[in-house]
Amino acid sequence: MLLVSKCHFLGHKKLLGLILCIVLFALPFLLDQYLGRAWVRIIDFALLFSLLALGLNIVVGYAGLLDLGYIAFFAVGAYCYGLLCSPQFGLHWPFWFVLPLGALLAGLFGIVLGAPTLKLRGDYLAIVTLGFGEIIRIFLNNLNHPVNITNGAQGITLIDPLQWQSISLAQTIHWGGIEIAPVHYYYFVFLFCTMFMLVVSSRLERSRIGRAWMAIREDEVAAACMGLNTRNIKLTAFAMGASFGGLAGGLFAAFQGFISPESFTLTDSIMVLCMVVLGGMGHVSGVVLGAILLSVLPEILRYAGPLQMTLLHRVWVDPSDLRMLLFGLALIVMMLLRPKGLWPAKHGASTNAPSENTEPPAKNAQHG
Amino acid sequence: MGNQSLLEAHHLGKHFGGLRALNQVSLNILRGEIFGLIGPNGAGKTTLFNLITGIYPPDEGTLFFNQQPLNGLKTHQITRAGIARTFQNIRLFSQMSALENVMVGCHPRTRTGVWGALFNTASARAEEAMILARAHALLKTCGLSQQAQRQAYQLSYGDQRRLEIARALATEPQLLALDEPAAGLNHTETEALKTLLLHLNAQGMTLLLIEHDVKLVMGLCDRMAVLDFGEKIAEGSPREVRQNPHVIKAYLGTDPIDEPAPVNPS
Repeated sequence: MLLVSKCHFLGHKKLLGLILCIVLFALPFLLDQYLGRAWVRIIDFALLFSLLALGLNIVVGYAGLLDLGYIAFFAVGAYCYGLLCSPQFGLHWPFWFVLPLGALLAGLFGIVLGAPTLKLRGDYLAIVTLGFGEIIRIFLNNLNHPVNITNGAQGITLIDPLQWQSISLAQTIHWGGIEIAPVHYYYFVFLFCTMFMLVVSSRLERSRIGRAWMAIREDEVAAACMGLNTRNIKLTAFAMGASFGGLAGGLFAAFQGFISPESFTLTDSIMVLCMVVLGGMGHVSGVVLGAILLSVLPEILRYAGPLQMTLLHRVWVDPSDLRMLLFGLALIVMMLLRPKGLWPAKHGASTNAPSENTEPPAKNAQHG
Repeated sequence: MGNQSLLEAHHLGKHFGGLRALNQVSLNILRGEIFGLIGPNGAGKTTLFNLITGIYPPDEGTLFFNQQPLNGLKTHQITRAGIARTFQNIRLFSQMSALENVMVGCHPRTRTGVWGALFNTASARAEEAMILARAHALLKTCGLSQQAQRQAYQLSYGDQRRLEIARALATEPQLLALDEPAAGLNHTETEALKTLLLHLNAQGMTLLLIEHDVKLVMGLCDRMAVLDFGEKIAEGSPREVRQNPHVIKAYLGTDPIDEPAPVNPS
């Protein structure tokens, strides 16, 4: 009864939102209870990758600049946090300062790495950004000599968790029979950041800047002829996308407590790109869906080994082989059936919504 | 307004490797007029357009817009200065709606940046509403209100041509340069285009028109110039140009069978 009356009061959409909120809140506890703590960690990473995918979506999805070195900005953010909040230099700066600093620094790197590539497009841009991504990783690998900055391939250990005064997200507390572990805290931190970046992304998408990015994606010469300063607008896209990556990097370092150049390889760049493409370039919800699917599905395949054991009494296909097999298959199926991604951008939608509110209804009423 | 000149070209030259695309071309377009530019294929009309709109720099000569030199300005700066153009082979933002295409055109006259968009400030919202209203108004002027929410690539050819004009108008130009706006249009669409262009001109817009459809140009233009092999061979009123022996020769050669339109007064 109560639910029905509430349903009337709130309307369909709001009720759906409410249910989603409850599910998102309860999710880590349910997973912990029924599937084990490893799964909470898996969705933590899914959220972290959602952040990365949202950032790359600005560069690839909106502005149409194919970037194969995106993980470099993740690395910049991670190392920024790692160096300033660890015993490496004995610095323990507060996270609320270092996380935005990491995003800012990554944004700056976005501009520095973007500037030389401004005249390149398509394949050429992809190759150069790929090179830049590798350069950053190799730098991090070698910056331990003659002065040890990054600790080379050994990486940085004992990185501070997110903490404020005596409250640290590295503690486990018991509260009313529920054990709340760091993975739970970080889930909520990542969830908050992802939500925040979703809002940022969609606001940018619907703005004058977002339209300018898309115009450049569609036709750069025509965009310039419409008075768009294509150089600055592309650099803005690089900087905004990179800063998302930088923030995600800082969170990653705090969450893991350990970073090394190994975490920032070309494969990771390609993985993030796959998330964007699979989900639907230029569509924030699609991109998040892609990130979650590509981080969760491989984990589900881990069960394929034991499953074969119980059913067939022998492991016929190794789960890791199965992963690559299905991944390749999924890419082919996607190309054939849904070339624009699982949940592509619906066009006109971004201007439909505001026009209903702000425009005198006469013009819209005829259409519909 | 009087006979003030809006765009002046002094001895423009451009070559691509050994090919002289333009040679010593001078033009003077007056404020408020419709100026036509005709010439056989490959005469250099589009090259001249690309020089005016800054897509490439001229090798020789100078362009003045409102008495200010345009040399060294980038394409987007020239648009901001007040020259907008359309393209011979339509270049719309095909995956964006017609409305969004025109909204992009409002870019140079608006200023919301990343921060305004992020914080959704009052000024950003007001500007966005202004852009939207303006885009709707321009679509209406060009007869595209019904198509506002359709993606550009879904529009008919004639609508795409008009959408290019609407998008160019959104940049609030003083000079609208149209590169073969009637190419591929049927008779009705051409008439609609003519009405639109006359309407814009009546509101004070200066138009520069490249066109193959000689009848359309003759009917529309106040003055015109004829290019052939990169050189200007005639300039003047349609009547003068029509009687110019160089023009007759360039268009017809010695055998007046292919295209009698320019010689026979209609």
